[in-house]
Amino acid sequence: MAEIKLQDVTKRYADGTEAVKRMSLEIKDGEFMILVGPSGCGKSTALRMIAGLEDISEGEMTIGDRVVNDLSPRDRDIAMVFQNYALYPHMTVRANMGFALKLAKVPQEEIDRKVEEAARILDLAEHLDRKPANLSGGQRQRVAMGRAIVRDPQAFLMDEPLSNLDAKLRVQTRTEVARLQRRLETTMVYVTHDQTEAMTLGDRVAVMRSGVLQQVDPPRVLYNDPVNIFVAGFIGSPAMNFFSGSIAGGKLKLPFTEIDAPDGVAHSGDIIVGIRPEDFEDARFAPENHAAGKEFEAPIEVVESMGSEIYVYFSFEGGEVSSDELAELARDSGVAETPGAGGGQAVARLSPESDVSEGTSAKLWFDAAKLHLFDPHDGSSLRRSKADQQAAVDATQQAIAAEHHGDGAPPEDDGDAAAPERDGDVKPT
Amino acid sequence: MRNRSPRAYLASTAALLIVLFYALIPVLWLLSLSFKTPATVSDRKFIPQDVTFENYTSLFAGGLDSALLRPLINSISIALIATVIAVTLAAFTAYAIARLDFPGKTVILAGALAIAMFPPISVVGPLFDMWRTLGLYDTYVGLIIPYLTFALPLAIYTLVAFFREIPWELEQAAQVDGATPWQAFRKIILPLAAPGVFTAAILVFIFAWNDFVFAITLTSSDSARTVPAALAFFTGDSQFTAPTGNIAAAAILVTIPIIVFVLIFQRRIVAGLTAGAVKG
Ligand SMILES: Nc1ncnc2c1ncn2[C@@H]1O[C@H](COP(=O)(O)OP(=O)(O)OP(=O)(O)O)[C@@H](O)[C@H]1O
Ligand SMILES: [Mg+2]
Repeated sequence: MAEIKLQDVTKRYADGTEAVKRMSLEIKDGEFMILVGPSGCGKSTALRMIAGLEDISEGEMTIGDRVVNDLSPRDRDIAMVFQNYALYPHMTVRANMGFALKLAKVPQEEIDRKVEEAARILDLAEHLDRKPANLSGGQRQRVAMGRAIVRDPQAFLMDEPLSNLDAKLRVQTRTEVARLQRRLETTMVYVTHDQTEAMTLGDRVAVMRSGVLQQVDPPRVLYNDPVNIFVAGFIGSPAMNFFSGSIAGGKLKLPFTEIDAPDGVAHSGDIIVGIRPEDFEDARFAPENHAAGKEFEAPIEVVESMGSEIYVYFSFEGGEVSSDELAELARDSGVAETPGAGGGQAVARLSPESDVSEGTSAKLWFDAAKLHLFDPHDGSSLRRSKADQQAAVDATQQAIAAEHHGDGAPPEDDGDAAAPERDGDVKPT
Repeated sequence: MRNRSPRAYLASTAALLIVLFYALIPVLWLLSLSFKTPATVSDRKFIPQDVTFENYTSLFAGGLDSALLRPLINSISIALIATVIAVTLAAFTAYAIARLDFPGKTVILAGALAIAMFPPISVVGPLFDMWRTLGLYDTYVGLIIPYLTFALPLAIYTLVAFFREIPWELEQAAQVDGATPWQAFRKIILPLAAPGVFTAAILVFIFAWNDFVFAITLTSSDSARTVPAALAFFTGDSQFTAPTGNIAAAAILVTIPIIVFVLIFQRRIVAGLTAGAVKG
């Protein structure tokens, strides 16, 4: 077990593609770190650099207290679960799982013991003598996992291990993975583009976009306090709604209403406002005595009842947000999941008792204390706490200093490891 | 294949039978000839009137000095040696070409193809002179070398195709599991490429076994002469009888090892050996 440190790690492929750009990330000993992001953002590349399957173009990588830049995969003592499992098809499950131990010249009895124990944990005991071709997808996935856990490595690396499973099996296996990691207490880096996995599994989640690390934080912080519009739109399902509004004269104007501008926002002019679906409510069920809330009329287009909650899609006019970030999210997840990017429609989650119906106009309410405000020019959050903002500035300065002197101390605060890149990602809308 | 209509099934069966018939008729004719006596050999009847094994036994009369035994041993030895060497070398070359990035990769592949397309008849003359000077004339080595020249490209091409089929990840998984490149090759890649290795082996073996041009030109005695060349030296019982029966018998005999060889290895060429390696 060991900690993994990436410092300004860059990956440039032979054709010039920069798949990972100056990524700095510190994964603590025993931590469950999730790498998420849309397809092609460089998650696998980052993971494969940790594994040693991909050269590091720039920067430094340490596992434990060794710099591993030039170490081959076999000398890094890490175990990896590949996106497509990569089981050895000509070997039985037993041989697959024992392969690494056999190479390490572990005595046969011990191999048998370890393999059987792992098989028991993963519920594979009766399949030990079968070949991968004769296993179901879920069983193969567990064999791939078993191949990793028999080894007691410094760290586990998993590249979307659940992506080939059907929905039900995925949920089941997800809990298994979580239990396994807690039990083994081995450092784990887990790549996924499924944000449910990201939110439920990890101690911390690192969100990437086009090779740039956006934010590294515990899931809750990521959800409640996203650093920019991209993270805000990526985390959460259904996704956050975005509206373009403006602040003038102490008032915040939204497409469907107007409220007092929130405190502590020194911004004026155009602004992007994010509201999560659950921060809406049917006006009849709005919490009473709520300090900051506002009712408004909304034309209801679609009502989806889930039993425990109701999703309603309402339209609004003249407040669609268009930005590169949202366009990218929409591409990745299908337009329906990011209403803001789909134009004129937003989704609200209402109490199941609500009786709003399609094609009518209903009175909705939203929690004005939970608005997310973003700069329309660079998409960065305008509501990050002061301390965070300061830390980000510090980290940026440190990074600049490091670049100039070549020996700057790495930023210590994990949440801000991403900060230097944040500015580099500015894209005017 | 399974879900086709009965008509399509009938049609394809009929087509198959026609092809089979077309291909096997000469062989069956040869078989028939090999059992005929010299008197009936030209009677134009498919079923031999009086069956004799004389044509076969006479081929081996006299043990090692017989017409066929030494050439048969030569053929088998030379073809096997050439096959083993070609497949071994080709496995390494093909692996490098399929997996590694190095300058001149395409040149090597193109060169191999060019050599394979070279007509053997155009190199056989110079080789004759060279081998006489070098003392390779009429030796095993003298035949194995040109066979390798033509068989290697064949084997490399076949194996490259097979190696490319094997998912990269398997090898990377082996590396992560702690395998050296050699271990990954030996324990993962090679077993998975086995069908390719056997296919290459069959192709090389057949090539070496069937060669006539090099064998007839570069040998002069039984010390290295292979069966196809030896057939040309068969003589009849007398000056005036053609050795038709003997040649037919030898031709039948000569196909037997190749059938055996193919049957042995064909069982190994099972498609889908990598099934279950990746995805669900
Ligand atoms: N060998 C390569 N040569 C050039 N570019 C590559 C290579 N491998 C990957 N890339 C590019 O690098 C970027 C990141 O790829 P990567 O595989 O890390 O994405 P990912 O985040 O894992 O995506 P996914 O979720 O689809 O697996 C992509 O734009 C991809 O096209
Ligand atoms: Mg990937």
